[in-house]
Amino acid sequence: MNWIYEPWPWYISGPLIALTMFILLFLGKNFGMSSNLRTACTIGGAGKVADFFKFDWKTQRWNLIVVVGAVIGGFLANNYLSNNSVNINDDVAQTLESYGIESADDAYLPSELFSAEALSNPKVLAILIVGGFLVGFGARYAGGCTSGHAISGLSNLQLPSLISVIGFFIGGLVMIHLIYPLIF
Amino acid sequence: MKSIIFLIVGVFFGIVMYKSEAASWFRIYEMFEFGSFHMYGIIGSALAIGVVGVQLIKRKQIKALNGADMHLQPKAKSFWRYILGGILFGLGWALAGACPGPMYVLIGAGYLPILLVVGSAILGTFVYGLLKSKLPH
Repeated sequence: MNWIYEPWPWYISGPLIALTMFILLFLGKNFGMSSNLRTACTIGGAGKVADFFKFDWKTQRWNLIVVVGAVIGGFLANNYLSNNSVNINDDVAQTLESYGIESADDAYLPSELFSAEALSNPKVLAILIVGGFLVGFGARYAGGCTSGHAISGLSNLQLPSLISVIGFFIGGLVMIHLIYPLIF
Repeated sequence: MKSIIFLIVGVFFGIVMYKSEAASWFRIYEMFEFGSFHMYGIIGSALAIGVVGVQLIKRKQIKALNGADMHLQPKAKSFWRYILGGILFGLGWALAGACPGPMYVLIGAGYLPILLVVGSAILGTFVYGLLKSKLPH
């Protein structure tokens, strides 16, 4: 039964992500996960201070239900379908070790950043808060995230999505190659 | 009834994100280090199928199940919002090691510090809404 815990290779995973997008299209919806962050702001009353949040959030109710499902899926996969360790390239793991992140190959997320103990470290707090903030701000500024632009938009051959995805990679490469050596 | 369908789609998506390891901070880091083909294979194969499928839908004018047109409207033409927003998103994606879909999945997986990331992402979205009129688009 060990095969159940094995990670899925890219040639299974990629097509299943495309399938998710097509199921949502056939249901008359679209594949876009960051929209839910805007919906959360609207539900919290942000429409009172900015027009951007003035919309009937109930039109996005279906997407919030997808989020609830994704949370359940994460629970099921973590508890019953995985041994929760990720094997990465050895050279990359060594680079991470030089940054003090030694949990590669033993954990799904680095325990140096995503454990309760790590949260007492102000640097870790700053990484998680700034990282999250940029994801939320950038996704809405660009009008989409990995699902909306990199998968849905590029599948529809949208130039704006190509520009956004180029931006995603410029930002990611700058962070990993120029900023990580400064913060770790 | 419809709610249950969306819930099942979400569960399916969550399992795919977790089992593909696209929700792993390590895989995102490795991708930006060009250390493995894995993430490029995932995005590339999803796109190859996505492009062919969307072209078929458009050529054959396939409708959604409720008979309406599918949600495939072109995005507004612009440059600055996409490149600047994209760069900011990429910086955050590499720093937190998670994009919005996997964030939700990781809550369920029990990595509770991700709640801090999700909360900050909601705050970032809120601040964008406040500053929207002042930003180049």
